[in-house]
Amino acid sequence: MQDVGSPANSANREFVAFRVGSQEFCIDIMGVREIRGWTPATPLPHAPTYVRGVINLRGAVLPIVDLAMRFGLGLTEPTPRSVIIVVQVHQQVVGLLVDAVSDILTTSEASMQPTPDVASDLAKNFVKGVYAVEGRMISIVTLESVLPIAAKVAA
Amino acid sequence: MTVDTMAAIRQTFFQECEEQLSEMEVGLLAMDEGNADSETVNAVFRAVHSIKGGAGAFKLTALVQFAHTFETALDFVRSGKLNPTAEVMKPMLRAADVLADLVEASRDGKEIDESSYAAIAADVKALTATEGAEEVEEAIDFQPTVIDFGLPDMAPEPIAAPVHEYRVSFTPRPELYANANEAVLVIRELSRLGQAETTCDASAVPDIDNIDPNGAYLSWTIKLSSEVAIEAVREVFEFVDGEADITIEADGQPEVSDDAIAALLAQALGSAPAAENDQPSNVTNVEEPTPADPVQSGAAASETASPPAQVAEAVKTVAVPAQTTIRVEFDRVDRLINLVGELVINQAMLSQRVIEANFAGSSSVVIGLEELEQLTREIQESVMAIRAQPVKPLFQRMSRIVREVADATSKQVRLKTDGEATEVDKTVVERLAEPLTHMIRNAVDHGIETPEERVAAGKSPEGNVRLSAAHRSGRIVIEISDDGAGINRPKVRASAIKKGLISPDAQLSDSDIDNLLFLPGFSTAATISSISGRGVGMDVVKRSILALGGRISISSRPGLGSTFSMSLPLTLAVLDGMAVSVAGQTLVVPLTAIVETLKPKKGEIHGIGADGRVMAIRNTFVPLIDVGTQLGFRDTPADPERSVAILVETDGGARNALLVDSIQDQRQVVIKSLEANYGTVSGIAAATILGDGRVALILDVDALVTRSFEGQLTAAARYGTEG
Amino acid sequence: MTQTILTVDDSRTMRDMLKMALAEAGFNVIQAVDGVHGLEVLQTSTPDVIVTDINMPKMDGFGLIEAVRKDSRYRRVPILVLTTESDVAKKTRAKEAGATGWIVKPFEPTKLIAAIRRVAA
Repeated sequence: MQDVGSPANSANREFVAFRVGSQEFCIDIMGVREIRGWTPATPLPHAPTYVRGVINLRGAVLPIVDLAMRFGLGLTEPTPRSVIIVVQVHQQVVGLLVDAVSDILTTSEASMQPTPDVASDLAKNFVKGVYAVEGRMISIVTLESVLPIAAKVAA
Repeated sequence: MTVDTMAAIRQTFFQECEEQLSEMEVGLLAMDEGNADSETVNAVFRAVHSIKGGAGAFKLTALVQFAHTFETALDFVRSGKLNPTAEVMKPMLRAADVLADLVEASRDGKEIDESSYAAIAADVKALTATEGAEEVEEAIDFQPTVIDFGLPDMAPEPIAAPVHEYRVSFTPRPELYANANEAVLVIRELSRLGQAETTCDASAVPDIDNIDPNGAYLSWTIKLSSEVAIEAVREVFEFVDGEADITIEADGQPEVSDDAIAALLAQALGSAPAAENDQPSNVTNVEEPTPADPVQSGAAASETASPPAQVAEAVKTVAVPAQTTIRVEFDRVDRLINLVGELVINQAMLSQRVIEANFAGSSSVVIGLEELEQLTREIQESVMAIRAQPVKPLFQRMSRIVREVADATSKQVRLKTDGEATEVDKTVVERLAEPLTHMIRNAVDHGIETPEERVAAGKSPEGNVRLSAAHRSGRIVIEISDDGAGINRPKVRASAIKKGLISPDAQLSDSDIDNLLFLPGFSTAATISSISGRGVGMDVVKRSILALGGRISISSRPGLGSTFSMSLPLTLAVLDGMAVSVAGQTLVVPLTAIVETLKPKKGEIHGIGADGRVMAIRNTFVPLIDVGTQLGFRDTPADPERSVAILVETDGGARNALLVDSIQDQRQVVIKSLEANYGTVSGIAAATILGDGRVALILDVDALVTRSFEGQLTAAARYGTEG
Repeated sequence: MTQTILTVDDSRTMRDMLKMALAEAGFNVIQAVDGVHGLEVLQTSTPDVIVTDINMPKMDGFGLIEAVRKDSRYRRVPILVLTTESDVAKKTRAKEAGATGWIVKPFEPTKLIAAIRRVAA
């Protein structure tokens, strides 16, 4: 772990980095409630395909978003290394299914680079910038954009 | 006094207003029905009186004024000057509604236009008009004052006022001491006004043998040099006026008579009738005014041996202890309820582990676990009881609705309530208010006929609406019935056809027709009245009840009236359900919806339409709903012969069979919201957590069935237009 | 020495107001919710002054005053009636029952304290 940004003139922040498929992403640690292992989720009727279902987190019912599916990278096949990152956005608590947590980064807002101008939906919809760390490109995920929307309309 | 504490008292005031309004309403209704005793009338009077008192402190002028008018009329009833006849009680009840509105507006810092209740105020005033003169006098008398806690006294401007020389003569009578006033305190207060020179005249003290312990034998003359006006001097004697002979001479001018009434008159008229001033004959100078006490306290001491009869007796009569309560924030209760929910789940998980470990049924672990289960259930019930509230306040609000709608529609309607003490979860009570209001309005507006129509139908001109609550097999059942005309089925049917809800040739039973009322957008009123409003139909009522886990049904007899019956869970936190397996998932079906479970046999299932199926149950065909495909858990329908059918009944009484793979067991489950972190899911009411820690979904049977029912209706309408 | 005031009023709002105003002025306050409760409280406490409402359930202010005056222990305890009634008839009736003085509601704290100081030794 190292400071990848410019000198320590801007406030350092911590990010949780994780792998989805072959790509690396990160989210601000302030939004992360906990990280836990994968447990099978109870499927929800009429849910979008990226919603794997709901799990019990100490008495609360938590929807699980398959980030790979959400990003259009295909369904995640859960393995023993798969983890659920429990995040809180406003009042909503949601679990994000990812392939593995790779790192905790300490960096600064200033060192964030704009998202490369590519035509991918993933980049446009879910990523607000990238960090370059030891030759890796880590995309910063906008949490608000990955939240599930309940299928409210009756069939 | 801080702003916070004032805000707290203000909050207390409005809480108390709620209680007083409620008590007032109960009392007024009893008066209206002619079975109120004098204590009931007193209680109503006190309630209004207390509201006025508190309102005065907060300078809620409109509230004070109206409460005063109301209170005056109630005082007339209380003192027997006015009989609580129907003509008297009608404006009184309306006044109660206005008072409630004014309290609410005051609480919310809003203003109500006086003209909106001026007519009612005038009606109430008219009740006491015969003695209007008294009214006016008292109204002027009561002036609201602002409380300026914490602010320094507004002292008069310290201009160099001229110094007056007062000569005060003060001769207490025995009553002064009997009422616990003390001559010495009065003199002390007087001396604070300026330079005082006090002399005591003890010439009237008799021989020790002749002293009456309750007598008053001393008198005083006080020479006072002070800048204060004579009113301030007189004020010192405010409490002892009439208990002493008092004369006040200002700057050599004899000023006031020794007669209390004369003094009051003098004050009122601003004149100073002359009075002869008796000079004490034998004057003793006293440095410190400490006389009278030995005599008086001696007298008191001599009596302490006598039994305190009155007090002891009075206390004996109140041996019944008052029910004590504490006020707890709902957040704390809800936290406790959540924790108990956790406990229930944990206990279920533990039980499952024990079963998996194959302990013998008689082992201490199993026995201990059973005890734990019992305790857990008791804790849960006790905690739920904390949130339980009687439906009484809710029912009370309905009597107001009946009055308003009856007035607006020129109908005569009496509301009878039953089972007001029935308790149900606070949230259920709160969320029932709106649908209940709507149904009560409907009952008066659409159910009850006009007095003329009723008389023509051979009924009493006054219609009746009955509202009742009762506990029935773990649910609360609320019924609203009227003795009106009943549902006009031909009209309902025609309207439904016109709106394309059913086909013209649809075969519908009476009950089917009645249930059309619950379809979205349905309205039976020939003219849409301002009372029931447009757009808010019975479908909204039904949806609210369903959202509470409740069911609603209707029954009607032409010419005799209609009854709406609602059955609701007592709590929104737990549910009795049947755990079933569907496509590898565990689902919970609420027990209340289940009629019976059946094992479909060969030949009982018939295809209908493209993909519809029905099941034959005792000569009737009920729609078969494949839960697995309906919820999207699988694509191909299940084989009925390898499945279980659960016969369910909807609120309207329609029966459907739900096809599931197998039944696990019956259990009580803790309801968990799906909406908090996700959203609503069609066909699913909520979630719960199973003994193994996994989430299971609770089916919304009505939503599942309604979707299928609506599909059929749409289809019927389509066939209708095509044919 | 701190003086103790017994306030008797069926209105919680009024009790709170009295308590706040009196406590601020350094008095010790004990409370009762009606006349009967007031008499009950008097079994265990001896206040320096009693401030009572008139309109109360169970036993009104007049009843309370009469009962207190009949008890030799409390014969000399000053009683102030606290009521919105400022008419002469109510005051006269309170006086006949044995009231020491009165406070007209809604009261200003300064007037309340002044009235208490006037009757409290």
